[in-house]
Amino acid sequence: MNQKKERLRKLWVSLLGVCVLGLAVYAADSLGWIDNYIRGIFIQCCFAIIMVTSLNLVMGYLGQIALGHAGFMAVGAYTSALVTKAIGLGIKAGAILPMSNVMQFFIGLLCGAVAAALFGLVVGIPALRLRGDYLAIITLGFGEIIRVIIQNLAFAGGKGLANGQAGQALVGILKMNDIYVIFGVTAVCVAIMLAFVRSKFGRAIIAIREDDIASSSAGLNITFYKVLTFTVSAFFAGIAGAIYAHRGLGTLQHSDFTFLKSTEYVIMVVLGGMGSMTGSVVAAIILSVIPEALRAFSQYRMLIYSVILVLMMIFRPIGLFGNYEFSLYELLRGKLTGKPPRSGRSAAKGGA
Amino acid sequence: MPETILRASHLGITFGGLKAVHNFEIDIKEGELVGLIGPNGAGKTTVFNLFTGVYKPTEGTFYLGKQLMNGKKTHEIVAAGIARTFQNIRLFKKMTVMENVLIAFTKDIRYGLPGSILRTAAFWKEEADIRDKAMDLLSVFNLQDKADWNAGNLPYGQQRKLEIARALATNAKMLLLDEPAAGMNPTETAELLACINTIRRKFNISILLIEHDMSLVMNICERIVVIDYGEIIAQGLPEEISHDPKVIAAYLGE
Ligand SMILES: Nc1ncnc2c1ncn2[C@@H]1O[C@H](COP(=O)(O)OP(=O)(O)O)[C@@H](O)[C@H]1O
Ligand SMILES: [Mg+2]
Repeated sequence: MNQKKERLRKLWVSLLGVCVLGLAVYAADSLGWIDNYIRGIFIQCCFAIIMVTSLNLVMGYLGQIALGHAGFMAVGAYTSALVTKAIGLGIKAGAILPMSNVMQFFIGLLCGAVAAALFGLVVGIPALRLRGDYLAIITLGFGEIIRVIIQNLAFAGGKGLANGQAGQALVGILKMNDIYVIFGVTAVCVAIMLAFVRSKFGRAIIAIREDDIASSSAGLNITFYKVLTFTVSAFFAGIAGAIYAHRGLGTLQHSDFTFLKSTEYVIMVVLGGMGSMTGSVVAAIILSVIPEALRAFSQYRMLIYSVILVLMMIFRPIGLFGNYEFSLYELLRGKLTGKPPRSGRSAAKGGA
Repeated sequence: MPETILRASHLGITFGGLKAVHNFEIDIKEGELVGLIGPNGAGKTTVFNLFTGVYKPTEGTFYLGKQLMNGKKTHEIVAAGIARTFQNIRLFKKMTVMENVLIAFTKDIRYGLPGSILRTAAFWKEEADIRDKAMDLLSVFNLQDKADWNAGNLPYGQQRKLEIARALATNAKMLLLDEPAAGMNPTETAELLACINTIRRKFNISILLIEHDMSLVMNICERIVVIDYGEIIAQGLPEEISHDPKVIAAYLGE
């Protein structure tokens, strides 16, 4: 069947694309270009990509403003860090069979993701009854609540609920800064989210964004799809948190997850284009690298973001990509066969 | 003896003191086409909103077949078999014509999260199947060539048709059409009438049709219910209705 062939070809092209990127990293690594500094920026790009693409599910596809994404990242970060710490202690005590760091990291990452998803579910059920500004405010509130609770947990480095003071950092976290592992995790996360939006789920979510009354009249259980999206989004924020926690510094502070962090990711989503996964990836990379490149002005970062955002709203309010999806397959197809590339989504189709 | 599809008794709703619909009774048989008419603000759309769970009735009951539908959520009512269109068209404007219909098939799709992430054979098969089904449905409405268009770019008459196609895709037994001819020119209206007749033949579906324009309703409806100020003032065959003094008064007094 023709469609089947095209599907396979698409899959191969995507895999090829990912492999080429991986090889580029490998080449840079072999040439000794990747020192600890570059490694840090690379990892920062990776978790930013996961944060922004997952937030885009809620903001771009579901069309709801959520300002508490860093809260779910915090849940993932702390859960995974505590799990890998526990595994480490267990191995030392001989209670658990020794395993590689990567294995420990993956167990922590999965636990962090599931914990964040649970929080997403618990927050999403009441919060998603609201919409627009109200949802923005309540998610902001929940994000801060999560952070303040963590701040006061004794086992998370804080001084305990009784003291209620600013906590210390959680220290002695496993290091997992292997760029290939992190690159692989990021690629898989983005692929899963792309698959999610290109299924009945993505279709349903976009329909709900377009018109919720019409959606329920077409048989969609709106609450289900909204809460599901929120939960999936939190799940991936948890993964990003796990990467963040193990990025190699060994410490974790609740102040890494303030609502300003959430706002940063919101800005990246808007910059990349609401409803474009590839746009989110590009925006996450740009806005992670720029502040590093302009290290000297680092305290002006939020200012720079704001200016970029204002300029964006004036000159290109739909974001860099709008809802266009970059596709290597379509690009190659265009170049090789001379056919014009088809548009990424429906944006350009139709019209009289 | 044809079976009853939709039955309402003493159905009503009050909005803060205003009885928008009161004591509404109807009994629609399998395959029947019933008209619901009345002056502006009479409560026709509110009746539809009650039947589709947009509003919860404050009095009375309604049944689909033998199933009590009171208090059910909209998507549960759709799953049971009542579908509708809207007086002011509600399409997913930025989605394609095809996608608009696909949405209505969503509730029948069996693949879940694992299937869509792993892109299993079952996933592709189901996606292909519903696309075929959607295409068949679109061709009933002569929309097959515009499957890739954004719904918002369709001409007005075709948007109305697409909305009906989407409602039918839910596999409804009972179709509620809210002023489908509103804003149409005479040619489009004639096409719509032909379309409704085709649907009845092909899908053996019962239809409750709201129409502001009396002459149109007289043409196609087997039975007509007239409401004014939320209450039924007359019902019967089209020719009986057109001579009913209460109906004439209601329309003249508008
Ligand atoms: N949600 C609501 N709240 C208050 N009043 C409403 C609501 N929905 C409808 N109504 C009132 O009910 C009456 C019937 O409206 P409607 O059913 O839309 O009339 P129509 O017969 O023209 O479709 C109107 O007086 C309208 O103002
Ligand atoms: Mg009306």
